[in-house]
Amino acid sequence: MDLRKNIGAYLFLLPAGIVLLIFFFIPFFQTIYLSFFDYSKDVYSPTFVALQNYWALVKSPLFLKTILNTFYFLILCVPFLVIFPLFLAILINQNIKFKNTYKILIYLPVVISIVVVAIAFKWLYAPSGLLNFFLEKFNIAPIGWLYDPKFSMISVALVTIFKGVGYYMMIYLSALMSVPKELYEACELDGITGFKKHMATTIPHIMPMIALVSTISSISALKVFVEIYVMTRGGPMDSTKTIVYYIYERAFENLDMGIASAGAVILLFIVMGFSMLNIFVFEKDKYKA
Amino acid sequence: MKIKNIKPKNLLTHAILIFVCLLSLIPFLWLLSTALKGRGENIFAYPPVFFPKDFTLNNFIEVLKLVPIVKYVLNSFIVAGITVVLNVILSALAAYPLARMEFKGKKITFFAILATIMVPFQTIMLPVYIITLKLNLVDSYSEIMGYLGLILPFAVNAFGIFLLRQAFLTIPKEIEESAVVDGCNSLQIFSKILLPMIKPQVALLAIFTFIGSWGEFLWPSIVLTNEKLYTLPVGINNLSSAFSSDYRLVAAGSIISIIPIIIFFLSLQKYFIQGENEGAVKG
Repeated sequence: MDLRKNIGAYLFLLPAGIVLLIFFFIPFFQTIYLSFFDYSKDVYSPTFVALQNYWALVKSPLFLKTILNTFYFLILCVPFLVIFPLFLAILINQNIKFKNTYKILIYLPVVISIVVVAIAFKWLYAPSGLLNFFLEKFNIAPIGWLYDPKFSMISVALVTIFKGVGYYMMIYLSALMSVPKELYEACELDGITGFKKHMATTIPHIMPMIALVSTISSISALKVFVEIYVMTRGGPMDSTKTIVYYIYERAFENLDMGIASAGAVILLFIVMGFSMLNIFVFEKDKYKA
Repeated sequence: MKIKNIKPKNLLTHAILIFVCLLSLIPFLWLLSTALKGRGENIFAYPPVFFPKDFTLNNFIEVLKLVPIVKYVLNSFIVAGITVVLNVILSALAAYPLARMEFKGKKITFFAILATIMVPFQTIMLPVYIITLKLNLVDSYSEIMGYLGLILPFAVNAFGIFLLRQAFLTIPKEIEESAVVDGCNSLQIFSKILLPMIKPQVALLAIFTFIGSWGEFLWPSIVLTNEKLYTLPVGINNLSSAFSSDYRLVAAGSIISIIPIIIFFLSLQKYFIQGENEGAVKG
């Protein structure tokens, strides 16, 4: 391999490399580095404290609560975001009229900024708002959507689901196009139709996509922040305070960068753990071999 | 309309899909209805009233007078536009050797880029902020530096590099070989022959980057101090807290803010709904 060819390749990679170095790799290692320092006494001259920040976090009931809150949020939205968009994609993927109109309308919430979506939902969630009006129609007592700690996380998760369904539906639609038509025809010859047909053909065929969607949606659930920032600010009574919100608060409001960085490293481990878990669950057959 | 031609067995399918479409529209329609209600009408009326009785466009005029929404739109266009251009150029440049060349350290480079997908931006945001401050990429230094501070951290991402790499991989090697025979160098092969062949994926990357950048809220809300540089999400969020008592204005401002992105989306919809390929996947 001659050097000239190598240099050519490096030159092509250089611009992206510089950006990733400055705005990803350096900050990444800095986060780990900062997590070993105590900023709480003096922001300008931090002291090295080894693992004390981690120890403080593990012992902090609030931090543990944010971890539980984050997982609660994940359980609320991920199963729905994995299954429902697949169901919609299968419906739309038939030979039906208005196909494209349906796709456009269902995808619409994806392109609209989360800030506007949050404003719209706050309005729906208002005590005498549209949602409580519908509940009353069905003789259900009004709910304090964002004000009741029992419901606040559900309300936030509904916004995430609202904004995610169209996105994951498109991913599934792209995968469904690769399912061979012959598979369906074979099923119909055998008299297998409807729901059973899809269980037998579609689902196994697009399993890799289902795995991908569950990985992507769990990782984004673990990173949830903006919905909470614009809707509840972690409240009421810390009921919607998630890990990232906690990190944000510590870093940008308390300027406690050591603790914030340690929290970030813990989140990183959780995210990586989840990615591994997903790989393991969905591809365990490969490891058995 | 051709509604009569719908087969009866598809009725349930249509019913479900129409219901879901309605669900995805209702929050925005309700916002629009509020924005169109005049001072004479109680927007908190119970039971809620959907069609405005005191119909007016005054809220839109008033909010445009009070808040520089047009300026926010312009800022969002500048930021999203340059972010798209940089992403396309940098991703394409980086994707080319990863797909088409053999060089020392290729595997490591590949995995380093892949690793960036695993790390949430929020976990490294704090040092990114400190670096941005140190490089003077903030609006307190100058407006141009402020824009750059909004753009540069998102100038390239692993998703774009992988998307374009996959696209380059599908081009037959023979095309490149014949170009070499004709005396083209790497840069010419890249820009004159290979890049034009992956236009659909470039378009897809551009669209996704644009929408992502247009909606980005967290980073601009952290780095921006000067209202002159506010992008739409930051401006609208500010509006919603500043005028929280006047929901008509917040609703009107929000509706104005989604018009540009809806026009953008509808005019490029064929890339979304027909160009369904691996590009729909973004982490």
